[in-house]
Amino acid sequence: MAETGRLTSAGSPAPLVGPVTLLRVAIILGALAIWELLAHSGWLYRDVVPSLLAIGRALYALLTSGDYYFNLGVTVGEIGLALAIGALSGVAIGLLLGANRFLSKAYEPYLYYLGPTPKIIFFPVMIMWFGVGVESKIAIGALSCFFPVVLSVAAGMRAIDKVLVRVGKSFRADPWQMAVKIYLPAMRHPVINGVRLGLGFALIGTLLAETKLSNKGIGFLIIQAYSIFDMPRMYAMLIVLFVLAIGANALVGRLGGLDSIKRS
Amino acid sequence: MTAAPTKCSTLNGLAPAAVGFGSLVAFFIAAEILIQFGVLNRFIVPPPSEIIGSFYRIITEEHVFSRFLLTAGECLTAGVMLTVFGVTGGVLMHRFRLLQQACETWVAALASAPFVLMYPLFLVIFGRNAWTIIMMGFVAALPPVILKTIEGLSGTRKVLVNVGRSFNLSTTQQFWKILFPAALPTIFVGIRLGLIFALINIVGTEFLINFGGLGQLIEDLAERYDLAGTYAAICFVILVSVLFFMALEKAERWLRPVG
Repeated sequence: MAETGRLTSAGSPAPLVGPVTLLRVAIILGALAIWELLAHSGWLYRDVVPSLLAIGRALYALLTSGDYYFNLGVTVGEIGLALAIGALSGVAIGLLLGANRFLSKAYEPYLYYLGPTPKIIFFPVMIMWFGVGVESKIAIGALSCFFPVVLSVAAGMRAIDKVLVRVGKSFRADPWQMAVKIYLPAMRHPVINGVRLGLGFALIGTLLAETKLSNKGIGFLIIQAYSIFDMPRMYAMLIVLFVLAIGANALVGRLGGLDSIKRS
Repeated sequence: MTAAPTKCSTLNGLAPAAVGFGSLVAFFIAAEILIQFGVLNRFIVPPPSEIIGSFYRIITEEHVFSRFLLTAGECLTAGVMLTVFGVTGGVLMHRFRLLQQACETWVAALASAPFVLMYPLFLVIFGRNAWTIIMMGFVAALPPVILKTIEGLSGTRKVLVNVGRSFNLSTTQQFWKILFPAALPTIFVGIRLGLIFALINIVGTEFLINFGGLGQLIEDLAERYDLAGTYAAICFVILVSVLFFMALEKAERWLRPVG
């Protein structure tokens, strides 16, 4: 039966384009057609839905402008620093809470409930503490990043196989060696997941802070485009931002080897 | 004989909570002392006693409860919309496997997209009103509801599906009697995640566009440089968020089967 199946499948060549790809192309083309129809219909306010050509032109102008790359550099720098501060402190405190049941029971409920509160509401406080410059944006990004990392690391540490911990102890590993040789490699998956989540939150926190009060960065450019009602430019910036955010998220997962973890 | 160990274990269980709460109180007392002695600038960090004192003021003068009701109403509307559209979307994607294969990765990618940054666009489309805020909450919260609905329906145990088939159930009966009840706990996890996303985006958008309920209150007080009031309003939002998540957790536990 198996042989027959193999012969049959070898005999009929696979279609060049599968039904899934066809459906995807159809959905994209349909969405673009509806968009263009809306742009020319006059049903919505003029320029709320600009034509695809206008968005394409704005995208080209954006990607060939030096000013855009300067602002992108500012935002990337802020997010990078926010991620470094938030993730490092999150991993350190997460390890501490995960290793000590008493500390976990004492402090983790506060972190657990503070975690999902909207961090942007702390922005007025951050302005008071760190000023109106890039520091307050980095601070709000770091604060947003900290919570998912600390909760993910603490939970990951508690889920480590007890055998691995006993092996480390039987080799008389000191706390640093236990952290570097046992805990961190064993909890690679939750740490990467926490950092991935943290990156997303740092990105949102930093960019929202830029839209609220800033004179540089991508958030500032978006709110500037809104204030002068330059809709094609705003759409172009949002498209680039979405691509960058989704790409950065996927990259962190790939660099951290999430695929290989899943396979194993 | 058994009373003593029980009492001891109860005390052991309460000790971490007491230490946690005690640390929080000690932190506030230390902050109060440092501010009163001028080590910390009171124009940057107001004394905790002043923050506690301003609670009554913001409740009575800033109409906190009507603002709370406004934010809660926005959350409720977004919640109903994302339950209806998210669950329906997930069911449709599960029903039409080709659609699921084509779109599931897109929905998963959108779950990590910073939707909240689209608020200037939503302001242009819907205007500076509650619908902008509701739609921000709804759009940002939709992907987890769709993904969890698909996960719940796909994860239905084969035995249950086979039981349905052995009773010759129609596709509709199979869905309502077998698939949907089995997937309900996972779907509720998705709705809970969605509501959390919605609340974050709704309060965040209120703060950013200075319109609506609790988010606007923080922005108003910060603009007036009412520091104690700003901190008190932030504490109030945190309190509301915590109560909201606790209520959702309780509801989820109630829905989840025992064991």
